[in-house]
Amino acid sequence: MEKQIKKVDLIFGKVDYADILAKSLKRTRDEIILDVIDSGLRGRGGAGFPTGLKWKFAKNEEADQKYVICNADEGEPGTFKDREILTQVPEKVLAGMALCGYCIGASEGYIYLRGEYNFLLPSLYKQIDAFHKKLKELKFDFNIKICSGSGAYVCGEETALMESMEGRRGEPRNKPPFPTQQGYLGKPTSVNNVETLVFALMIGQEGPTKFKELGTFDSRGSKVFSVSGDTPTPGIYELELGMTLEQFVNEFGDGDTKAVQVGGASGFCVARKDFKSTLIGFEGIPTGGSMMLFNSSRSMFNILNDYLEFFEEESCGQCTPCRVGCQQLLKGIEAVKKGVKPPPYLEELQKLSDTMRIASKCGLGQSVPNPFNSIIKNFREEIIY
Amino acid sequence: MSKYKVNLKINNIAISVDEGTTILDAARQLNFKIPTLCHHDDLCVAGNCRVCVVEQKGARLLPASCATPVSEGMEIQTNSLKVRQARKHIVELLLSEHNADCTKCFKNGSCELQEMSNDYRIGDHVFLDLVSEKDKVRDISSPSIEKDDSKCIRCQRCVRTCDNLQAVSALAVTHKGNKMRISTFLDKPMNDVVCTNCGQCINRCPTAALTERNYIDEVFDAIYDPNKFVVVQTAPATRVAIGEEFGMEPGSRVTGKMVTALRRLGFDKVLDTDFTADLTIMEEGTELLTRLKEALVDGKDVALPMLTSCSPGWIKFQEHLYPEYLDNLSTCKSPQQMFGPLAKTYYAEKINKSPADMVVVSIMPCTAKKFEAERPEMRGSGYKDVDFVLTTRELGRMIHQAGIDFEKLEDERYDSILGESTGAAVIFGATGGVMEAALRTAYELVTGREVPFTNLNIKPVRGMEGVKEASVKIKDVKPEWSFLEGVELNVAIAHGLSNAKILMDKVKSGEANYHFIEVMACPSGCIGGGGQPIPTNMEIRKKRAAGIYDEDEAMVIRKSHDNPEVAEIYKSFLHEPLGHKSHDLLHTHYTPRKRH
Ligand SMILES: Cc1cc2nc3c(=O)[nH]c(=O)nc-3n(C[C@H](O)[C@H](O)[C@H](O)COP(=O)(O)O)c2cc1C
Ligand code: SF4
Ligand code: SF4
Ligand code: SF4
Ligand code: SF4
Ligand code: FES
Repeated sequence: MEKQIKKVDLIFGKVDYADILAKSLKRTRDEIILDVIDSGLRGRGGAGFPTGLKWKFAKNEEADQKYVICNADEGEPGTFKDREILTQVPEKVLAGMALCGYCIGASEGYIYLRGEYNFLLPSLYKQIDAFHKKLKELKFDFNIKICSGSGAYVCGEETALMESMEGRRGEPRNKPPFPTQQGYLGKPTSVNNVETLVFALMIGQEGPTKFKELGTFDSRGSKVFSVSGDTPTPGIYELELGMTLEQFVNEFGDGDTKAVQVGGASGFCVARKDFKSTLIGFEGIPTGGSMMLFNSSRSMFNILNDYLEFFEEESCGQCTPCRVGCQQLLKGIEAVKKGVKPPPYLEELQKLSDTMRIASKCGLGQSVPNPFNSIIKNFREEIIY
Repeated sequence: MSKYKVNLKINNIAISVDEGTTILDAARQLNFKIPTLCHHDDLCVAGNCRVCVVEQKGARLLPASCATPVSEGMEIQTNSLKVRQARKHIVELLLSEHNADCTKCFKNGSCELQEMSNDYRIGDHVFLDLVSEKDKVRDISSPSIEKDDSKCIRCQRCVRTCDNLQAVSALAVTHKGNKMRISTFLDKPMNDVVCTNCGQCINRCPTAALTERNYIDEVFDAIYDPNKFVVVQTAPATRVAIGEEFGMEPGSRVTGKMVTALRRLGFDKVLDTDFTADLTIMEEGTELLTRLKEALVDGKDVALPMLTSCSPGWIKFQEHLYPEYLDNLSTCKSPQQMFGPLAKTYYAEKINKSPADMVVVSIMPCTAKKFEAERPEMRGSGYKDVDFVLTTRELGRMIHQAGIDFEKLEDERYDSILGESTGAAVIFGATGGVMEAALRTAYELVTGREVPFTNLNIKPVRGMEGVKEASVKIKDVKPEWSFLEGVELNVAIAHGLSNAKILMDKVKSGEANYHFIEVMACPSGCIGGGGQPIPTNMEIRKKRAAGIYDEDEAMVIRKSHDNPEVAEIYKSFLHEPLGHKSHDLLHTHYTPRKRH
């Protein structure tokens, strides 16, 4: 059953977070975690891992110390929803962290804040002070600190993020061990996106049912979208999951949309002919929130070129498929454009990007093929001629 | 800790291995060799080159076998079509950012990247060449090490070596993405940074990105110069390793063949650093006893513990990182640098040559000795005491170039004088060896009896543990050493600079109370030196160490003070340990350097 575009207001509405926490603290950790699992909430940072399971894994680890990290690195081009959430309802993010801390057994939390968002620091510190006071009243021991990001896109990747927090170069780690097993300072850690934490808090307030009723089987609930590009109405929208791209474009397009880049630079490019059949969500094309619309005035070569330039620079550079692969893809399409390499070279590059997808060390290199293959597939002519 | 067993299948063969084993090691147990580049048995896991990827049934991604522990029920394919394609791509990518001028390259024939390229038949690979001319500059600022970024595959073995094994961190990753490189602090030349020249990074670099500065042509020029009298000295650890350059087993004792080969190469005299190793024991042993006397009898504030000074990588480490302990270093020069000035004075006189016409060449397991030979402190003879330092590897190459069939050579003996040595000298090549040799001599000097260990083998100071400690109770001493009666001599030994750091920090904190400490910059001592044959790993180093101790046991004389040439040189030239002549030729002091 197709869903209609439906605006939702779970994220930005004000709540009595102290009350939610007070009630939650009276329940067992397992009860809350079960609710989160039952709600079907999946991580909103991009990878879409079921949040309740993540908490359960972290909870099940035995350790003298555990950590909650709120991932506010928001580096994906075209994404600016976490900034908005942290500006409008920071107390809900903090409460979500505390809830997570309660569930997994952590007494410390960190917000890894994108360097460009440092302007939020004064207000966040104020909020944190007030929040700590509230927690004291609730007799719940949970302490939140902020860690200012290093400015590299890859530091949003959870293990690179922890390396960076520990004062090293932001290079992703080998997995396993996963952060829930050995994360920050080697301790079990739950890394959650800003938006994920707020949804978890709302599930804490209302129970799983209301959230579960929204969305589709694989993509429950709603999601905050950052709409940008060729649209008369750019901005932040919380929408129920499950709509098709066609519905989305009807709502936000300028009447001339030829493609939508779903999920930012590391996401997929969908061409107009596929709008109708493409569902936005885990059963179709998932997104961390970024939706970029392109109209017919855009050169898809330039768009791909920009993305690849971004990845060529933002790869941490440690692993071969990604470091060299990105350079080859970028130089490769330029060579084809200039006629230095023949058009079939694009197929060699697609094979290469398949290798990058399965052999790269982290999600960055693994997802470069998303924009590459989808743009080459949909707009081959624009790349060659 | 009892280990759980994990059952899995590799290429359809079932195997049960300890929990925590990597897929790579499990495959090795089944005799499947998965190719690797960033992995090294001596180093922590990196998982960044990705050539070791394998296919795991049911998994979307290809796990890196070096970085992924086995799990129950896992089914792995190490050579599936998917794996082969990915691996081939990865090697092609590495080559596309590589200045692959193999025919002109120092690593030609001994390069892991080249081998892999050959294995996968990377012929006319399709990708674009990413190397620009401006990338092709080499850093040759250091007399020991050459760094060529255009040959670097960014595996970070060097970074991990310098950090994990050596605690120096002279090399680090800088920049990201396409600009990511291995660099020094502020990108300074290698010679201007904290690098100790130990060469451990060279031993582990899979390509020619890090190599020793080589002086083969200069040495051949000297050999063929009719006006030059060229003598060569060989360090203890070379004789159990050079065979590896010719495909022989690590630890093969080929002292006699090496001598023959050196003679055939045209060196005028083939002499032995082992002789000056024995001399070092006389000087350093006397120095230790003197310091102890000054401390115990005269109540002077002397620097103790005394630290050995045979390892030039260790000296530079000390200058940079523990300059406040420079007075604790023995003033003895290294055996190589004792040999040089004696060759150009004592020996020159004996053979009636002008030192100006002499060229002293050393064959060393070490790259730091190249730097050491250039030090301003090392001109005791009035000339540059040691002219050229070659690594074991360079000697191997010279022998190849000269077409000498090494393995088939008959054994010959070192020339005399400066060619006679003892078992005590040869064990300088392994960690703990200097300590053992010193104890053999000092104990006997003080008590008149041999050290109380079976067959002179002081087992507690041997072996591959990073930091070793031992105590020797001194009793029934000769009257002139009465102040040592009942003293418990506490000694410690470290090999690899990260272990040296552990030891020095103990000394610094006052936690430990040693009299004498031996430090070798390289893991396992000189047998694991930065100039030794590649590859290196614990197994290989253990074999070399076994070779060293066998060589010791096979020697007729096993205590430095029994070396007749040593007795002779004191009689006719030096007169006494720590005497005036020794002071001028064999001892020196070092000066602090900054960390950055
Ligand atoms: C290159 C890269 C960048 C990432 N950047 C972010 C980011 O900015 N914010 C974020 O929440 N997750 C980011 N992620 C995903 C995180 O690794 C992680 O999956 C996420 O923070 C988990 O939170 P969630 O489960 O709530 O989504 C990134 C992943 C990769 C591979
Ligand atoms: S995939 Fe890219 S960003 Fe991730 S580890 Fe490899 S080089 Fe670094
Ligand atoms: S480093 Fe290896 S692959 Fe590179 S040029 Fe030298 S021999 Fe060839
Ligand atoms: S020679 Fe030794 S100290 Fe210098 S960079 Fe290499 S490993 Fe580090
Ligand atoms: S210099 Fe050698 S060891 Fe270091 S990263 Fe480059 S190739 Fe690897
Ligand atoms: S050898 Fe395993 S990733 Fe390099």
